[in-house]
Amino acid sequence: MSMMEQLMAGGPVVTDGAWGTQLYARGLDPGDVPDSWNLSHPDRVEEVGAAYVEAGSQVILTNTLRANRITLATYGLAEKTVEINRAGAAISRRAAAGRARVFASIGSSGRLLVMQEVSEDELFAAFREQAIALAEGGADALLIETMTDLQEACVAVRAAKETGLPVAATMVFDSGKQKDRTMMGVTPERAATELEAAGADVVGANCGVGIAGYVAVCQRMHAATSLPIWIKANAGLPELVDGRTTYRMTATEFASYVPALVEAGASFLGGCCGSGPEFVRAIAAALGSRSAP
Amino acid sequence: MADLSKLYDAILNGETKNAIALTREALEGGSDPLDLVTAYMAPAMDEAGKRFECEEYFVPELMRSAQAMKGSLELIRPRLVASGAEPAGRVVIGTVRGDRHDIGKNLVSSMLEGGGFEVRDLGIDVAPEKFVQAVRDHNPDLVCLSTLLTVTMRSIPLTIQALKDAGVRDRVRVLVGGAPVTEEWALSVGADGYGANAAAAVPLARRMVGKQ
Repeated sequence: MSMMEQLMAGGPVVTDGAWGTQLYARGLDPGDVPDSWNLSHPDRVEEVGAAYVEAGSQVILTNTLRANRITLATYGLAEKTVEINRAGAAISRRAAAGRARVFASIGSSGRLLVMQEVSEDELFAAFREQAIALAEGGADALLIETMTDLQEACVAVRAAKETGLPVAATMVFDSGKQKDRTMMGVTPERAATELEAAGADVVGANCGVGIAGYVAVCQRMHAATSLPIWIKANAGLPELVDGRTTYRMTATEFASYVPALVEAGASFLGGCCGSGPEFVRAIAAALGSRSAP
Repeated sequence: MADLSKLYDAILNGETKNAIALTREALEGGSDPLDLVTAYMAPAMDEAGKRFECEEYFVPELMRSAQAMKGSLELIRPRLVASGAEPAGRVVIGTVRGDRHDIGKNLVSSMLEGGGFEVRDLGIDVAPEKFVQAVRDHNPDLVCLSTLLTVTMRSIPLTIQALKDAGVRDRVRVLVGGAPVTEEWALSVGADGYGANAAAAVPLARRMVGKQ
């Protein structure tokens, strides 16, 4: 049985919650790129992963969302690209301690193909470099996430597949009147179909404007592909309360959508911005007690 | 005499090369540059914005229109300047301190340039004092502040405060945008206006400079 089959054998898989917000809570300066902490504060990054494993995550991600060469260059860290990714995967592996699988996170480049800010070749090279470093660091699989442009997401999938690891790919649906389109106007159906054609093993949605809208997105992706669906929503939209960014949605409220998401075909469930270990605990409870892989 | 409705179509359909060729042809044929902008080009951008609002256009289509508009404007602007015409307004724009995300800011810049504004882009991770300096140096009508991250939202009120402390707040209108920002929040921290997306930025900016 493959790692993926093993993972999904017990029904829907509990993934983790946010990393960025957890790192800010541990003292990360808003002006610093969170990924740099893989080198400067590996202990605190490991704490975040370990807290998710403790809370019941069967899959944890890595602190490498922005660690492609193109994005790191804007922080003057391009030369650290390989090091940051290898460290990120190794940290999550230590945090998982054999109790969870590590899906290493690859995010968007921050440059738009449609504005000719970057070429497909440049994107492919950057994602390939990151994917290989993550594989070398010990990732079990790769997660292409927080993608707003389907074309870029498909390039990332193809680059990530070169490692031979399973690849999941998720996009942000936060545009249009129903908040069911990507920023570029792509529907869940088209995203699922094209990501599958690019070689993704799992497709889905993450981030966005809250979990409620992702039930329909999940349903539509599920109808468009036979691949497993990954849903990782935000804890609603942030509000600024007394100068602090606050997410008002509680873990209980968040987890109340779990049955509907499972019904809609979700195989991987977790939280994005604003969610923490208590969200993972609530998701795991909503799914019923199940054993880690 | 060139068929000027084709210029309108070229911009609406985002055909940059075509738009530039038609503009050149029209100018050589003796068309009034200001008339080209107000009667054909600006209405095409307005229509693109409307299509974006009703979800017929998304970011790629909108940006192609903005790029076609920009291409045409580059031919026209020198003649407008020569005839003493002013831009729709002067804008200083940047991503606030701590935030290096510039997709939203770049989209808004393109749309404002397409809308006839003169845009000075300060880039990413812009310190409040840099905005203050830019207001002193360039005397803009509008200061546009962008942020993607929730953790850097607070840089927006800090920048507005810096403008106040420097005594230049009243010389400009401050417009705010970005994924975590809402209109209610923007107004509550002392901004003059909020744009939900790049298409909304142009009518908002025009309203703020009193041109619409």
